[in-house]
Amino acid sequence: MADQRRIDEPTGTETVGHEWDGIEELDTPMPRWWLWTFYICIAWAIGYTVLYPAWPMLNSATAGTFGWSSRGQLDKEMKAEQDRTAPIRTAIDATPIEELSNRPELLKAAIAGGQAAFKVHCVQCHGSGAAGSKGYPNLNDDDWLWGGDIASIHYTLTHGIRQPEHDLTRFSQMPAFGRDGILQPGDINDVTAYVRTISGQQPANAASKRGSAVFAANCVACHNADGKGNRDFGAPNLTDAIWLYGGDATAIAQTVTNSRYGVMPAWGARLDPTTVKMLATYVHSLGGGEALPAASNAAAAAASTADAGNTQEVNVAAK
Amino acid sequence: MESLLLRSGAWFGVALLALVAFIQTTEPAYAVHMAIIGVTALLVMWVGMAKTDYLAVLNGWIKAPVDESRYDDDLIRWGVILTVFWGCVGFLVGLFIASQLAFPALNLNLEYTTFGRLRPLHTSAVIFAFGGTALITTSYYIVQRTCRARLAFPSLARFVFWGYQFFILLAATGYVLGITQGKEYAEPEWYVDLWLTVVWVAYLAVFVGTIVKRSEPHIYVANWFLLSFIITVAMLHVVNNLSMPISLYSSKSYSLFAGVQSALTQWWYGHNAVGFFLTAGFLGMMYYFVPKQAERPVYSYRLSIIHFWSIIFLYIWAGPHHLHYTALPDWAQTLGMVFSIMLWMPSWGGMINGLMTLNGAWDKIRTDPIIRMMVMALAFYGMSTFEGPMMSIKAVNSLSHYTDWTIGHVHSGALGWNGMITFGALYYMTPRLWNRDRLYSLRMVNWHFWLATLGIVLYASSMWVAGIMQGLMWREYGADGYLVYAFSEVVSAMFPMYLIRAAGGVMYLGGALIMAYNIAMTIAGKYREEAPMTETPYDPAKDRPVVPAVAAAVAGE
Repeated sequence: MADQRRIDEPTGTETVGHEWDGIEELDTPMPRWWLWTFYICIAWAIGYTVLYPAWPMLNSATAGTFGWSSRGQLDKEMKAEQDRTAPIRTAIDATPIEELSNRPELLKAAIAGGQAAFKVHCVQCHGSGAAGSKGYPNLNDDDWLWGGDIASIHYTLTHGIRQPEHDLTRFSQMPAFGRDGILQPGDINDVTAYVRTISGQQPANAASKRGSAVFAANCVACHNADGKGNRDFGAPNLTDAIWLYGGDATAIAQTVTNSRYGVMPAWGARLDPTTVKMLATYVHSLGGGEALPAASNAAAAAASTADAGNTQEVNVAAK
Repeated sequence: MESLLLRSGAWFGVALLALVAFIQTTEPAYAVHMAIIGVTALLVMWVGMAKTDYLAVLNGWIKAPVDESRYDDDLIRWGVILTVFWGCVGFLVGLFIASQLAFPALNLNLEYTTFGRLRPLHTSAVIFAFGGTALITTSYYIVQRTCRARLAFPSLARFVFWGYQFFILLAATGYVLGITQGKEYAEPEWYVDLWLTVVWVAYLAVFVGTIVKRSEPHIYVANWFLLSFIITVAMLHVVNNLSMPISLYSSKSYSLFAGVQSALTQWWYGHNAVGFFLTAGFLGMMYYFVPKQAERPVYSYRLSIIHFWSIIFLYIWAGPHHLHYTALPDWAQTLGMVFSIMLWMPSWGGMINGLMTLNGAWDKIRTDPIIRMMVMALAFYGMSTFEGPMMSIKAVNSLSHYTDWTIGHVHSGALGWNGMITFGALYYMTPRLWNRDRLYSLRMVNWHFWLATLGIVLYASSMWVAGIMQGLMWREYGADGYLVYAFSEVVSAMFPMYLIRAAGGVMYLGGALIMAYNIAMTIAGKYREEAPMTETPYDPAKDRPVVPAVAAAVAGE
């Protein structure tokens, strides 16, 4: 081979003397900076494996001289954060939700915490701006199905809506008037026309006059004679422009025919009480939150988180 | 005659088995696959028995010169055409799914066109269809020329080539029909995996057989890399796909591994698919085409030995860096990280050897757009093999992981390194394979170069910004200690970046279409009448370009 070695003219370097399909190789030494950087990387790697968990042994790996572990790091960071927020969380825990508004520093912290929890647990249905969508109420407005004062919101969040096997849950069920044959299709059209008339969407006509009778016979128990609804039953106000499932004739007829059955999880069973409290505070702060009813006193309010009947009575009184 | 009978019988048997599975299965998608297998087997049988030589007819269509040279180049010509084809398909699907991320309506409300099905179609089309065909094609080209020997086992070589194309067909149709085992870059199910195993072992036999019958005393460095690519991919593919089908009449199978073992096996596979498919294989390509196009000796023989063995030894351990801060034990994460750091210089050895091969021919970057493409490929190779080890550092990874930074990193490697070096190889091989004096148009190569380069710049920079923004928004805490952004807010913040990325994709695809036209015209035997590439005003005495104003002044005098 040696006889084939030659000096490459442009670089002045000797070739190795091999040749494949016209390709030769130079005998250039490895660049020093390359070699030294490679050595430094290896030295660094060995050092790192001494400091951190690395070498697998028979039963477990070496722990490293720093004693670091990813679980340990997480525990430490979580603990530091818990220590930092513990005083304010304890204070929020100790303050009845009705009185949070008297404690601005606690209110601010509760709203911030509620906003963060909302982004994790609530945006999927209510949207990141809490504006809701079809079937999921807008939480920014002042139209509330089950009550909009802070105690009612807290109750709804804690116990959820139409949660099976949960006695304290908000519950009501509108009959499926069409599907179950309670009303005939003609009646449904009439009562739809009536609802559209009282909500100001169409002028009164023959159909809506007939529908008035159907409404009086079937709907007033929950929606009230004036159609303004009843928060005891989460029965919506039918006279305003806010519609959960749509206010056009097709949507209303569909609601009357099949009924709706909106649900929300009982967050009290899923989140810690402080977070639920913070969520209620945040939702109440969005713009539509109502003042506590005048009739309420500390005792009634304190009972609100435990007793469905009291809260709902309070709500009715407020209305 | 007897062997013909045996072969036809075997293919008929395959068709019968497919028919049985077609009848027995209750899965429509599996039935479609069995129909494809059965029809293909019958077609192969018929072509084998027919009097007409259909392969010769096909070769006539692509104007293949009758092979009288010392090398077996029939398959390589088809490989060039199919590489261009799969490239364009893969880039198009990529552009489409990039647009889906910006405009979700483009999912078209059809199960077949959802992002979830088209995304593996894109990744497999570019990695395995475009990259894999390019690797088989160039490895056949390189191994013959650097061994001065015709391909060993010519019919097996044909089986490998067309068998691999059939694997691509089954994989691609499977994704769209919803057949997947849910392992990234290893989505095809058990029966497709078995087929690829047979094809790949045959590939190894052809490649090793050719090296064994070489008439050169030494094995060229390109062949070391190609051989390591073939052997390692076989090992990775077999181990990661160990699974048990629930029935011979079902596409569904269960993996041998579960939980964190499954994750680690998957990323041992996934990372080394990058290491040995997209790095070692393409380095083999680089080690032949760069010195040939530059007409210069390889920079350093010693560097090639050291960086080859250090890559081979270190790469295989780096996979756990895909599982930082997961259920994977800390010690395995540490090892994944430190091996990635040690891998930095061995990877750069390939870049140094490629770039420094231009020593004594640097002027070709100015005059030869093909060399320019190869240099850009090496530059992107260097950038992404620095970026990779950097992203494997835990502190960096805690920001970059799960963000689009990873996507940007992958594409600067895939578009910049794998794409560009393949384009360079295609431009090098085409005129030589069809006995043309030159390419149809060198100016079109230049257009391709600039479109592709600008496309990558748009792609990579938008994804860097997007990824870092995503990472920072996810971990943004307010003064009260709570997260500031909802996930959906982060998604909507990405929209402009997704648009820029799609624009980059349009440019890259545009460049590839220009290449397809250029290569088709070259094959057709046409030469574009065009002015030669503009010479940059150049001062030979100082060995550097002349500033245009000065050049005009010099010309004025």
